Amino acid sequence: MNRMPQTVESTPAIADSDALAVERTRAGERDAFRILVERHSQNVFRLAYRMTGNQHDAEEVVQEAFLRAYQKLGQFAARANFGTWVYRIAANYAIDRMRQRQKEEARRQNPGVDKEDGMEQDPLSQVHDPAPTPERLTQSLELRVQMEGALAALSHAERTAFVMRHWEGCGIEEIAEVLKLSSGAAKNTVFRAVQKLRAALEPFVRAGEQAKAIGTES
Amino acid sequence: MNHLTEEQLIAFRERLGPENTAIARHLADCDECRAALERLDSVLAVLDSLPVPDPGEDYGRRVWQQIAPRLPEKSARWWQLWMVPRRLAAIGAVAALVVAAFFVGRISNTKGPIGDSAASQAQVRERVLVVAVGQHLGRSEMMLVELSNAEPANPGQKQVNISAEQRRAEDLLEENRLYRQTALQEGDAGLASVLDELERVLLDVAHSPEEVTPAQLESIRHKIEAQGILFKVRVVSKELEQRQDNAKPSPTQNDSTKRERNKI
Repeated sequence: MNRMPQTVESTPAIADSDALAVERTRAGERDAFRILVERHSQNVFRLAYRMTGNQHDAEEVVQEAFLRAYQKLGQFAARANFGTWVYRIAANYAIDRMRQRQKEEARRQNPGVDKEDGMEQDPLSQVHDPAPTPERLTQSLELRVQMEGALAALSHAERTAFVMRHWEGCGIEEIAEVLKLSSGAAKNTVFRAVQKLRAALEPFVRAGEQAKAIGTES
Repeated sequence: MNHLTEEQLIAFRERLGPENTAIARHLADCDECRAALERLDSVLAVLDSLPVPDPGEDYGRRVWQQIAPRLPEKSARWWQLWMVPRRLAAIGAVAALVVAAFFVGRISNTKGPIGDSAASQAQVRERVLVVAVGQHLGRSEMMLVELSNAEPANPGQKQVNISAEQRRAEDLLEENRLYRQTALQEGDAGLASVLDELERVLLDVAHSPEEVTPAQLESIRHKIEAQGILFKVRVVSKELEQRQDNAKPSPTQNDSTKRERNKI
């Protein structure tokens, strides 16, 4: 599990150097922004990929996040952490991108009918094969397809909350800010996401474990 | 005994609840709940194995190349330009230079005839600038030579750490800008031109990653060599030294030195 914001925040040298680069950019030195882009792109990409689930969208999110950060640099509080701030911008844009993708997909599959934003979906309906054989489950590729399906079946808010909490180690307050929810509601969103992922994946994980056990016995 | 709910297990696993100690105590005593937590763990562990593609070491650089042309120009207020901490330090250095020039000028005024005062002060100002720029070029040369000779700390290491040179380049960059502007104001186009070339190299070094591969280091070295910046810096430093050695250079000598440098 990667817990990105803690590692960024706990490095005072990087935070100081970020603050200096922010000041220089604000003072009109466009090149100083390059330092920030080069330093934080990888982390933002990881978040964006986990949220969008594809490399092309993730790369677009990274670029857009930095462009927006540059434009909004005047609103950035001097004492804040640039890494966390650009991360939040990226998470917000990734949500917009996911919504846009969902609409495009819905239009393609069912022209004239737009799917409602944030509509809850049955995770199992998105899982590609409800009863694969244990032999097939031993193949990691198959399990990967199931995992991607289960993640894709979460609502945007649930996926964002899960990615930010479980993989990126963000605090509940930070998640609540991105999702524009109260802390309690953000916490519940993490609960729901884990519950759905568990419901969707546990049968496959157990079947995989059983298949492995049979393989070891024989 | 009441067993833990799914919500409590998730809260424990994701560290969401305030009652983690109580849950941990229960888990220590209850096989059934421990098994439930293990099942949850195995699902989350499988999810953790989902790969994230590696966008490559130079990803940040590529992102910059893609967004740089789309960034709007930021117009800063004049005072903001001077409020960057590192620039303030450089301003301090130049201010010290001006104060030194003022006092040296006063001392020399008391010795010379009153009619020569203006010319003498101009010479003193130039002498102080020559000393300061000479030192700056010496520091820049040292940094570039060290960078050119940088090697991995251990023979087996694939990356070379150039963070020390990078930080020095950042400091030198601010000083360099101020000396270049001063040289332009003094009408020393040759010195300003060499400082301008040096500035580009310093900018490249300051914006390089802290750790570079031997190939990246080679590319930086190649840039330094291709521009012949080390040679130019050495030539100008030598000239500045000569100017320092001449206690009272005549105005014609000064002009000819500037003209010579303008040919570099």
